[in-house]
Amino acid sequence: MAIDLTRRSALRGLLHGAAVTVGVPLLDAFLDGNGEAMAATGSPVPVRFGTWFWGLGVNPTRWFPDKPGPGYDLKPELEPIRPFAHKINILGNFNVMLDGAPNLPHTSGGAAIRTGRALTAERGLPGESFDVTIGDRIGTRTRFRSLEMSAAGDARNSLSGRGGGNLNPSETSASALYQRLFGIGFKDPNSADFVPDPVVMARRSVLSAVGEQRRALERAVGAADREKLDQYFTSVRQLENQLEVELTRPEPLQACRVLPPVKERPVNAEIENVVVNHALMTDLLVMALACDQTRVFNMMFNNGASSLTRIGSTITHHQLTHEEALDNRLGYQPEASYFLSRIFEAWVYFVSALDRIQEGPRTLLDNTLVFAHSETEFAKFHTIDNIPMMTAGSAGGRVRTGLYVDGMGTPVSRVGLTLQQAMGVSVDSWGTQSMATSKSIGEILA
Amino acid sequence: MIKLRHPTLALGLACAAALGTVWAAKPLDAAPAAQRAIAPAGPDWRIVGMRRLTEAQYRNTIADIFGTDIRVAGRFEPIVRPAHELIASGARAASISPAGLEQFDAMARQIAAQVFDPAHRDQFVVCPGGSGATPDRACLRPTLDRLGRLLFRRPLSPDEGAFYADLADRAATAGGSVDRGLELALAAMLVSPHFLYVIERAEPDPAAPGRFRLDNPSRAARLSFTLWNTTPHAALLDAAAAGELTDPARLRAMAGQMVASPRFASGIRAFFADMLLFERFDELAKDPLVFPYFNPAVAQALPEQMLLTITDHLLTRDGDYRELFTTRQTWMNRPLAALYQVPVSRSQGWVRYEFPEGSDRAGLLGQAGFLAMYSHSGRSSPTLRGRAVRELLMCQPVPNPPGNVNFTAVQDIANRAMPTARIRLDAHNTDPVCAGCHAITDPIGLTLERFDGIGARRTRENDAPIDVSGSIDGKLFEGAAGLGQALAESRDTATCVASRALEYATGKPVDDSARVDALTDRFAARNHRIRQLFLDVVTMPEAYAVDAAPLSGTATRSRRR
Repeated sequence: MAIDLTRRSALRGLLHGAAVTVGVPLLDAFLDGNGEAMAATGSPVPVRFGTWFWGLGVNPTRWFPDKPGPGYDLKPELEPIRPFAHKINILGNFNVMLDGAPNLPHTSGGAAIRTGRALTAERGLPGESFDVTIGDRIGTRTRFRSLEMSAAGDARNSLSGRGGGNLNPSETSASALYQRLFGIGFKDPNSADFVPDPVVMARRSVLSAVGEQRRALERAVGAADREKLDQYFTSVRQLENQLEVELTRPEPLQACRVLPPVKERPVNAEIENVVVNHALMTDLLVMALACDQTRVFNMMFNNGASSLTRIGSTITHHQLTHEEALDNRLGYQPEASYFLSRIFEAWVYFVSALDRIQEGPRTLLDNTLVFAHSETEFAKFHTIDNIPMMTAGSAGGRVRTGLYVDGMGTPVSRVGLTLQQAMGVSVDSWGTQSMATSKSIGEILA
Repeated sequence: MIKLRHPTLALGLACAAALGTVWAAKPLDAAPAAQRAIAPAGPDWRIVGMRRLTEAQYRNTIADIFGTDIRVAGRFEPIVRPAHELIASGARAASISPAGLEQFDAMARQIAAQVFDPAHRDQFVVCPGGSGATPDRACLRPTLDRLGRLLFRRPLSPDEGAFYADLADRAATAGGSVDRGLELALAAMLVSPHFLYVIERAEPDPAAPGRFRLDNPSRAARLSFTLWNTTPHAALLDAAAAGELTDPARLRAMAGQMVASPRFASGIRAFFADMLLFERFDELAKDPLVFPYFNPAVAQALPEQMLLTITDHLLTRDGDYRELFTTRQTWMNRPLAALYQVPVSRSQGWVRYEFPEGSDRAGLLGQAGFLAMYSHSGRSSPTLRGRAVRELLMCQPVPNPPGNVNFTAVQDIANRAMPTARIRLDAHNTDPVCAGCHAITDPIGLTLERFDGIGARRTRENDAPIDVSGSIDGKLFEGAAGLGQALAESRDTATCVASRALEYATGKPVDDSARVDALTDRFAARNHRIRQLFLDVVTMPEAYAVDAAPLSGTATRSRRR
């Protein structure tokens, strides 16, 4: 454990400003290879990262704990997480700073959290989202660099991308997700025989042929198109990489089981349907992680301006947050809050599904860092300060859990910075303008 | 552990299927070899734009080149629509993500396998000896040169031709079959950026030293994708190869033929689907308890009814664009008949239908597609409808509600004292902060209140009579018919469609109001005929002039990796 201690003290020093000149590569070196070894093969258990998004915030007084630190109190809307509270951190009081850019309702908040930048126009993301940055660090050796899912439908419902016109589209159908993961191209890591697939080899030669066109094209383009080409060829490289993984005998993985196929079913924003779709996708995702098909994921439960509906209600979740009167006796909007209770039930389903999978001495949840967040604090007023956020899992021991962290009004970009550092990205400052920060959240870094 | 870092093609194609035995060359277009003469690259030649193919353009292209029986199954990465702009503009900024490329790759392999399967290969394999020639390596280059020219919308350069032929040759050697070699090379073309992007290239403009203009192949692509929403056909590629499309008279003649063709309807459908945000129909959901008539068949028919109305009025009848807001002519099918409460006797297909006078069904805004789209899931919304009229039809962006707006004054739908939307909105608008924006939208939307949240007609809301008086920019009127008339008389609607058409063709929002004004004047002078508008848009010299941007070699690279 000597290394562990050194790393911890080095981080502490760094985070308290005592050693700001310590180079990031050093930090990086400490964080590398810090996994429990699998008994069978001696290779480290992979550490995964993902996000879980829900739209339209919470009722702040019914959600945020009062007491910072360990053993936080659970308000009514957080009550469902009780069995997992020791593995979950609550993050409150971090602010989105727009530096004069307009608050585009239901759009600015999520984009700021993911990119550390203020959105100036509704044109996709204002920069690279940190899940992509983390994917570049940890996701390059799996079949899929990342998996994006939207349980409420709409492939455009995504907060993951490299910025500009790039948005990683979300999978909306559980059966299509099944095919992608466990259909053609899937190699059961626990299967005894492994034969490299000649079709995959042929595909790889196609892609390397495509890659060879790069230089000729780049000579002739301007800067804007160059960016697009870079992204295109990055995608080509990634696909080649995926194929190379398919051609490599996989390491046996204790927890990996191939699930039965999922039937085609309707995809829409009706809440009961979304809950089922989310559960199916979650189960598939959990196995994709256990079978090491990907190490990065983004799950959207609903969208920012939530179009969730409930049979019998004339308006959506989003309209309810604006139009439903505050119940004077209760102090909140009961119809709109119904959706919140369903959302946190789903979140608990998600966390428990990860925690059910045993990987050596730890669970899959322990070997993962999940970052959950919304895009607004209190939807009725579109507030973007104090947007509710959580983390679940300890990233293989890199993150401390069971804490409520009070950000005391500091920029929300500190969260993105901290998560990237926890996942081993070489970054010591992140965000732009008022959201530029080099101060990560020391409390949760182990 | 087996680790294959450099798998060979030999292994890759070892199990390829045996090749077919019938060889015939049936070129569908003019001989490509003759046109390889125009070498694209000169010292000043440059790429000035890359526009990603939309799903419809991709599908149309495959159907045109390979036939409609070639199946294209896959999910297309959506192109992000920039706020208040067209998807055509978003396509210029669209990159291809790993998940998107994975899908394009799967589709490419699937298409290539079908094209060179025994049932289809004879149509596409071109051999030097012509029909009946021995199937051999000599067929690779001519076959791929021809397909490459169709897919990349320009002749392959000699290097490119050699490159793909060599790829096919290596694969054929490994796989023991010329067809498998062709299949692999075709799959490579179909994931190439030259195919997935419409690449716009500029050359120095001889008429204006120091200036650049789009080159001939780029003009062919622009004509074809703008007017027909598909890849350039052989005659257009030939015209480009002969340098005709930089000649204004020849360009106009070609464009004139294209807008006169029945295929122009595909282009018009795609244009209006983009202008009217039809991608939203994919997400349209209605509450099944409130609207039992709403089902997937209705949801599918809603946009189709609008598109049929549009193409029928503007093209078949060669009608005035402005009358699209007043016409009572439309199309009906069985699923819609229940919603509109009209009899459709024949149970199959679409039939013409004229709404009776006094039905208040006037033009596009009287159609259930528009009315349902701009409603809540369980009731109508005058605000959403008014906003859509402003933004989509008049190109006047309406501000979003301020981030900190207080909605506590907003309507309580269960309140019996406020049975209609007008009364509820009035209550909301006692707050001056809200009233400002609602004054822009609500007086328009309230005139459509005779139609509920899926566009079915009603006379009362919660048993209270509905008042459909309204106004737009000071002009007072009643009901959907009054609104349609006001829009038809407003110059803003004509200006809006003109600027959208120009944006659609160039893939850039238009910021030059003088140019739009001049275009609108010409549109008006031609009695607002859509063919004339598009003919103008694709032939205006300004649309082909290019600002010479610096090449990336001199620009700073902003990407990290």
